[in-house]
Amino acid sequence: MNQTAGKGKKDILKRQATPYVYLLPTVVLMFILLVIPILMVIRYSFYDNVIINKNPVFVGLQNYKAVLSDPNFLVAIRNTLFFVIVSIIAHLIIGMVFALVLNTRYLGDKTKGIFRVIYALPWMFTASVIAILWRMMLNPNGVINYLITSMNLVNDNISFLASRDIALKAVTLINIWSGYPFYMISILAGLQGISTDLYEASALDGANAVQTYFRITVPQLKPILISLLMLDFVWTLQQFALIWMTTGGGPVNATETISTYIYKQGFTKYQYSMASTGAVILLIVCTIIGIFYVRQQRSGD
Amino acid sequence: MIGKKKVSVQILIVIILILGVIWAGFPILWMFLNSFKPNAEIFAWPPTWISENFSFDAYKAIFSNPEQVRFFVNSYVIAGLVVIVTLIVGIMASYAFSRFNFPGKGLINTIIVSVQAVPPITLLIPYISLIVTLRLYNTYGALILTYLVFTLPYCILMTTGYFNTLPKELDEAVMIDGGSRWKALWKILVPTAIPGLVSVGMYTFMQAWNEYLFALALTKTNDMRTVPVGINLLMGQHAYEWNQMMAMSVLGSLPILVLFLFFQKYFIAGMTAGSVKN
Repeated sequence: MNQTAGKGKKDILKRQATPYVYLLPTVVLMFILLVIPILMVIRYSFYDNVIINKNPVFVGLQNYKAVLSDPNFLVAIRNTLFFVIVSIIAHLIIGMVFALVLNTRYLGDKTKGIFRVIYALPWMFTASVIAILWRMMLNPNGVINYLITSMNLVNDNISFLASRDIALKAVTLINIWSGYPFYMISILAGLQGISTDLYEASALDGANAVQTYFRITVPQLKPILISLLMLDFVWTLQQFALIWMTTGGGPVNATETISTYIYKQGFTKYQYSMASTGAVILLIVCTIIGIFYVRQQRSGD
Repeated sequence: MIGKKKVSVQILIVIILILGVIWAGFPILWMFLNSFKPNAEIFAWPPTWISENFSFDAYKAIFSNPEQVRFFVNSYVIAGLVVIVTLIVGIMASYAFSRFNFPGKGLINTIIVSVQAVPPITLLIPYISLIVTLRLYNTYGALILTYLVFTLPYCILMTTGYFNTLPKELDEAVMIDGGSRWKALWKILVPTAIPGLVSVGMYTFMQAWNEYLFALALTKTNDMRTVPVGINLLMGQHAYEWNQMMAMSVLGSLPILVLFLFFQKYFIAGMTAGSVKN
């Protein structure tokens, strides 16, 4: 009797332990790669020059005061906001237009398939390829300058990426080009998930295409659109590679964003405390949006 | 009236389609075309479409330079190993999430979902100390390990979703026959979920293949550089060999393009996993 009871207990224990065994590698990796590093970077932000200095001294909020009063950081925030807001709005509009066109009944499935592949292409390229490609095209002697001068839109060739007034807009344009397919594909998947009954009901009510769009399509897509905007906001906020390889934050600080600011503080000036502080500020902003994103995903379940 | 309106809608659609092709396709076409031109012709005025001196010289230059071939070897090895490790570890975790209820499930799940919001640059600074401490600086290990922080959560979220669609009876049948859970997972569940795992694997490959920031900061010598970092090195070393940079861009994009063209459906499933819920 006792033996079977003992065995039963053992079985229950084994059963309870099983999921943790399967999760062990993940938990260990996430602990080493996520939890510890985040605690480390938060700690760094409260000490004077860490990593370089063998015995860093606790300085409280001094690094935060220094970063938040650094004019370069304030410029970086302004540039980042422009870059992010313009990018995500343009992504949404372009992605939506392409998705709607690819979802019309006027086109055959094969045609739709071909155009979908072409429109999705920019998503397939890595940031360094995109950066070099656009540097070539936006060169003062490049193909885009040829087009706009031959159309008499401008008189002189423009150095898009070297001009303090234009560089940020040019980098934003590149980011718009590389990012919209994500919206297009997701919205298209959403559109295909909307029940045709809803459209039929709307047609019976005598609604025109625009009314149907705003009464049926947009409300049905709303959860997807909110997720897309939040994910894209966070990703664009963190965009580093594209800016780093097109302008490096320059000229001067015309395209300096929070990511390039942090990278320069850390890896060109070796001010790891300042870099960590900037990194924590960025993390806080992303976490706040992340919380809303998780809630959004949960409410969908 | 209705007929007229239909025609104008159709014209609008055609205009959008054409503008869309130019917008999305021209830069990529330009990249291909320029990879076959001599360097002197890249900024020809007016630009040439197909050069009279059309040649594969830029590609030959890449393939005959061992340093540049090495970038590709590095990228393939690293991305391949990241896919393998991510799938093995991720499948195990997904099995736990899909088939068990246990204390802490919600917390671990929240951490995994929230990784999508963590900026890579925030992790980079502590990673420098971590990787140096682990003696992994300037090795494949540094990149394979750190890439897991982004590939693994994504893999787990998607794979758990796939496992949830498979009936529990499937793996329970194996266990009734005396098989272990381990066997049920790898012999029954995984083979059944292959289509989903292909999407996950491809998306993981793309994440690893395209990564730039960690590759830039956690490696030092040229023999450890990956393609995204390597392309940029071509810019500094010689005086702007644009045609070679374009050839390398084409070669560097090829694996992803091929995957995308042949496995479009799987690829799209991966892309929409974060935002679209079925």
